[in-house]
Amino acid sequence: MSTGEMNHEEEHGGAVAVEEHGHGALVPADDPFADPGLEPHRPRIFDIDEKAAKRAERQVALLFTLSALSAVGFMVAYTEIPRTAIVNFFPIGAVSASNFALGVLLGVSMFSLGAGAIYWARTLMTDVEFPQERHHLESEPADKAAAIAEWKQGVEDSGIKRRPLIRRTLIGAMAVLPLPALWILRDLGPLPGNSLRSTAWTEGELIINDATVSLDGTTGTGIKPEDVTIGSLFMCRPAAALTAGEDFNNLMAKAAVFVVRMDPADIASQRERDWGYEGIVAFSKICTHVGCAVDLYEQQTHHMLCPCHQSTFDLSDAGKVIFGPAARSLPQLPIMVNADGFLVARSDFQEPVGPSFWERG
Amino acid sequence: MSATPAEFAPPATPAGKAADYLDQRLGIANAAKRQLRKIFPDHWSFMLGEIALYSFIILLLSGIFLTLFFTPSMNEVTYNGSYTPLDGIRMSEAYASTINISFDVRGGLLMRQIHHWAALIFVMAITVHMLRIFFTGAFRKPREINWLIGFGLFVCALLEGFAGYSLPDDLLSGTGLRIAEGVILSIPIVGTYVSFFLFGGEFPGHDLVPRLFTIHILLVPGILLALITAHLILVFYQKHTQWAGPGRTEENVVGLPFLPVYTAKAGGFFFVIFGFTAFLGGLVSINPIWSYGPYIPNQISAGSQPDWYIGFLEGSLRMMPNVEFNFWGHTLSLNVLIPSLIVPGILFTGLALYPFIEAWVTGDKREHHILDRPRNVPTRTAIGVAGATFYGVLWLVGGNDLIATHFHLSLEQITWFGRFAVFLGPAFAFWLTRRICFGLQRADRDKVLHGRESGIIVRAPSGEFSEIHEPVSQGDLHKLTAHDVHRPLSLTEVADSNGVPAPRMRQAKLRARVTKWYFGERVEKPTAEEYHDAISSGHH
Repeated sequence: MSTGEMNHEEEHGGAVAVEEHGHGALVPADDPFADPGLEPHRPRIFDIDEKAAKRAERQVALLFTLSALSAVGFMVAYTEIPRTAIVNFFPIGAVSASNFALGVLLGVSMFSLGAGAIYWARTLMTDVEFPQERHHLESEPADKAAAIAEWKQGVEDSGIKRRPLIRRTLIGAMAVLPLPALWILRDLGPLPGNSLRSTAWTEGELIINDATVSLDGTTGTGIKPEDVTIGSLFMCRPAAALTAGEDFNNLMAKAAVFVVRMDPADIASQRERDWGYEGIVAFSKICTHVGCAVDLYEQQTHHMLCPCHQSTFDLSDAGKVIFGPAARSLPQLPIMVNADGFLVARSDFQEPVGPSFWERG
Repeated sequence: MSATPAEFAPPATPAGKAADYLDQRLGIANAAKRQLRKIFPDHWSFMLGEIALYSFIILLLSGIFLTLFFTPSMNEVTYNGSYTPLDGIRMSEAYASTINISFDVRGGLLMRQIHHWAALIFVMAITVHMLRIFFTGAFRKPREINWLIGFGLFVCALLEGFAGYSLPDDLLSGTGLRIAEGVILSIPIVGTYVSFFLFGGEFPGHDLVPRLFTIHILLVPGILLALITAHLILVFYQKHTQWAGPGRTEENVVGLPFLPVYTAKAGGFFFVIFGFTAFLGGLVSINPIWSYGPYIPNQISAGSQPDWYIGFLEGSLRMMPNVEFNFWGHTLSLNVLIPSLIVPGILFTGLALYPFIEAWVTGDKREHHILDRPRNVPTRTAIGVAGATFYGVLWLVGGNDLIATHFHLSLEQITWFGRFAVFLGPAFAFWLTRRICFGLQRADRDKVLHGRESGIIVRAPSGEFSEIHEPVSQGDLHKLTAHDVHRPLSLTEVADSNGVPAPRMRQAKLRARVTKWYFGERVEKPTAEEYHDAISSGHH
């Protein structure tokens, strides 16, 4: 017999099975693309050279030892490195010495343990691939029939088909049962009511300059018109925010405003001029898109941009949207000057601030 | 290669005795006999899901550590800890305790950073794993159910990530929550109520962090754990798919045994992933919340970005034109509703249902355990690439401000580019991908018929230059021709396979049309005659 698989085929009538596990299975002569069966295993250097195997063994052991040493080093670093120590090195810059050491040592410990195990598997464990049969997932028809029969018998024994009264009331009961699970969630929060329609601003409410507010948020001073030069911008809050305590964020989420001064001649909208004071106007700081704080003011163009989704509002034209996904103008807060010469609100906003909601209208 | 069955001898070692003790009560030997040496096929792409699994374990471990020090409360405190730039500032207990974890708990910052990095890797691994499953057709019968479980895992992972990101109550995460509130408010009819119930009243309220905490450490991880268990049981029970190749058939699985090879490889890989994440946690800063400050609704920082997996929603919101309707005292904010809920809803529903759509189109009811090479199913591959392109454009526009500032481009132009690219990009990607797939299929066909290019140029006595082609091995011949070439179904075939009478004729017509779109253009496999002709003609 000459060598080569094609010859085998002729001898065995078109098919041959070589070796166990199907290495070299069926190759019909008329099908050039037939599956030749599993390729024979090629031994690795570690399978045939005991020296190489020994070397791999030492390398694995070295990695495992390194892992253990790093784990001990981790504990030492935890105890010994002061929390406030800083290390400074390229390219990361100044970092916490403790965090750096703990991370690197934990990393080395884990990584070398894992690398050792994988290297062990790749060098010294078997790499002879062999097949395993897949079992059929689908049941045999006889088993299916038997299962259906059991099911039918069970249903029959329950009498659910013969007793529609039980069946219908059961379905009804099961339909009602989930409702209490919804009902019991009712106290998760109050109903919205009209709460989204009003803010903390009322007639005469002092406009507090954010920059003057103390760290604890309880004191701050108002703004006099003469302090507001043309082109300047002040982040502001109502005086009520100073005493809001725990409700501060809720209050600010609707009442945050900013004050800018423009040349009155630049203001296109008559209403905007009326609601302002000699070119000083106040707008809501809460974007009408999804409620981020608008922040980037372009002095020359009077554009106010929201950094979240780039809705851009024209402050010289009643806060109109000129770009971006916001659909509504930035609401303007009508202002005036009180007897002490400070800027105050003339009333609340004339429309809900912040993102749209279904009941808004 | 199963071990020779041995006579049972009463165990002598402590481990043997313990195993025997368990067997007498649980009968574990029977399962162990079949499963210890279970075969798993080997391919680099099969470890993507493993990365997701291991990051989940890392998330559980680091997360448990963090719960020991985190205070899930929105009550206000005045900070007096060791991070002096925030000294005397009012903040929530959640934020203050996260600062403490970062500066006063030893190893706390490491655990926070490991947790955050592992979360990013978790979602990334799930995404890439899912793409692998999609492009290789591993979702086909009998694995459609596991695809759905995997899809559930993907969605839960996104929710879990967002919930966790929001817990520290810093300026960045608070802004994210504010956007989420705006999105909820845009839901017609119930939106305002859902928002008030979720936040316990008006935004931001005092209830959200404790509620998100329960969702983040109990509810969603519980669901994830249950789904992961089911996912793995099915992988185990249905056995892993494998690539076509010599000796690999639909009836077998070829590979290496679980004990010892995959015990060592998979176990080792867990530690490699953990080690890698620990390096990241030690060396690469992530989410430095102390530099953002506590959340205050009137503050914001420019150029702020969410975690990568939320970016597509961000881009979707950014590029949507400002369409809003007011009618009968109601507001319908399509500018928020469409990009943040409807578009992802359609994208995700399509993703979840794809296996069923394709099965309906092909009418294929067979089990598939041999993976498709993406090139051999050009339309599916093209649909996948088009979907990825759609997602990619949304994701890119999510960074339109950073692109504008880094490359000195106009923000408006980038946004307008995105508005067109989100439709044209996927269409172009679909066309291009199909062309590439057909090209690769033809290259495979040439390789089968004419052998592989050897790079050796010879000159014939006549002066003609030619390249020597070497015949490919029998194994490669088989591998390159192992796939099916699907054909469009004619109307009668469609009707026959469903046994359709006239009333469902419209559905049959639709199906015939869709199969034509899927499989109308195709590259045929070489036939045996073509092969023999090519051989005998002394081809190049």
